[in-house]
Amino acid sequence: MIFESYSAEETFSFGEKIGRDAVAGAVFTLVGDLGVGKTVFTQGVAAGLGITEPVNSPTFTIVQVYEEGRLPFYHFDVYRIGDSEEMYEVGFEEYVYGDGVSLIEWANLIEDILPEKYTSILIEKDLEKGFDYRKITVEEV
Amino acid sequence: MKEDVIILAIESSCDETAASVVKNGREVLSNVISSQIDIHTLYGGVVPEIASRKHTECIDQVVMQALSEAEMTWDDITAIAVTYGPGLVGALLVGVSYAKSLAWALHKPLIGVHHIEGHISANYIENEGLKPPFMCLVVSGGHSHLVKVADYGKYEILGRTRDDAAGEAFDKVARVIGLGYPGGPKIDKVSYEGNPRAIDFPRAKIADNEYDFSFSGLKSAVLNYLNQLQMKGEEYVQADVAASFQQAVVDVLVGHSMQALEQYGFKRFAIAGGVASNTHLRTAMEEACAERGVEFYRPSPILCTDNAAMIGAAAYYEYIAGSRADYDLNAVPNLKLGER
Repeated sequence: MIFESYSAEETFSFGEKIGRDAVAGAVFTLVGDLGVGKTVFTQGVAAGLGITEPVNSPTFTIVQVYEEGRLPFYHFDVYRIGDSEEMYEVGFEEYVYGDGVSLIEWANLIEDILPEKYTSILIEKDLEKGFDYRKITVEEV
Repeated sequence: MKEDVIILAIESSCDETAASVVKNGREVLSNVISSQIDIHTLYGGVVPEIASRKHTECIDQVVMQALSEAEMTWDDITAIAVTYGPGLVGALLVGVSYAKSLAWALHKPLIGVHHIEGHISANYIENEGLKPPFMCLVVSGGHSHLVKVADYGKYEILGRTRDDAAGEAFDKVARVIGLGYPGGPKIDKVSYEGNPRAIDFPRAKIADNEYDFSFSGLKSAVLNYLNQLQMKGEEYVQADVAASFQQAVVDVLVGHSMQALEQYGFKRFAIAGGVASNTHLRTAMEEACAERGVEFYRPSPILCTDNAAMIGAAAYYEYIAGSRADYDLNAVPNLKLGER
């Protein structure tokens, strides 16, 4: 499925819809360049799950856990991961195979340890369609 | 006369393995930091897998060096302190396990310290006159907090970042304009050659909490600016982009801080954390405080970065307040300030 967004607000709303429809155990991978709106999209997903506290970048701690929504939300940013093995140290398996909703930014860096089934989300710019245009591609893997 | 309290402190929450011996919370007898910047430069950021493995390899050496530089023996140490959160869980665990073993083997009290509390307390070390209450802005690669320090160990967070931390924004922007890692010092330096008013980047305001920060939009604005020039086939001026970006960050940090000072009527203000060593931020804060008759405090750059002396300073006040950790102390990666 392809969703076209023309503003940060639309990207947020699309994330919110994904969050509202997410089921327990769902895993989303999120890939896109710096500044493409991964944070905004993720904040939308969190809002869709009913999370009200601020969702900020987990670059520092690799994973942030939010328990207050309708399902637990595990937000990963693996940009700084050197090796997939490091993910075991942060409890990756317990989260991803648990009953919450996992969202993994820069998941392409840990492709070898992703679960068999997940939903892949790719956000891309297309400058010819304007600076705020984003093409969001959602695929079941 | 009261007996001296000598604390051996350990910090390993992110990049650095550090140990320090601190006397009575304010006198640093040794401050050893095993900087891993060379390894991280290769990867353009903190690589946790390497970070935690290095902690295991060097913690023994770092602690022994801290003890010997302080010319102390184990008998002289009153208590062992350690950072137990927030941070990378693998990295934190190395310090926490080591500190627990030491405390148990030596029959010394153990004190768990919050990393941010450590950064704030770095200001006590060189400023004998600084006492709560005061306002503190903690800005680093992982944190952006505006904190009301009501008393020793008593904190209220007025504002925090909604997305990226201030230091993270520096790192990301430095990367896109080809300056590399570490982004903060590189942008600081190159900005002296640029025009901070060349590009008008946005200063984000948060509607429902005037003290919160947001730096993700600023990062996007920089990217959009670069894209625009690229589409027109024009070159950007690296120093102007760096200086204008930095000015936007500094304006927001100073603006929020001064507003909070005025609202709460505080007469003392401190900055802390890695970004607090940014020279433009220090100058701007100093001037803004001077205009308002507010005393301004900042740690030396070596105490802004992650270090263990700040943990020893914080631990002293925890110690005299009677705070002790048990041997079941665990690493808490997303520990909140003021939580136990």
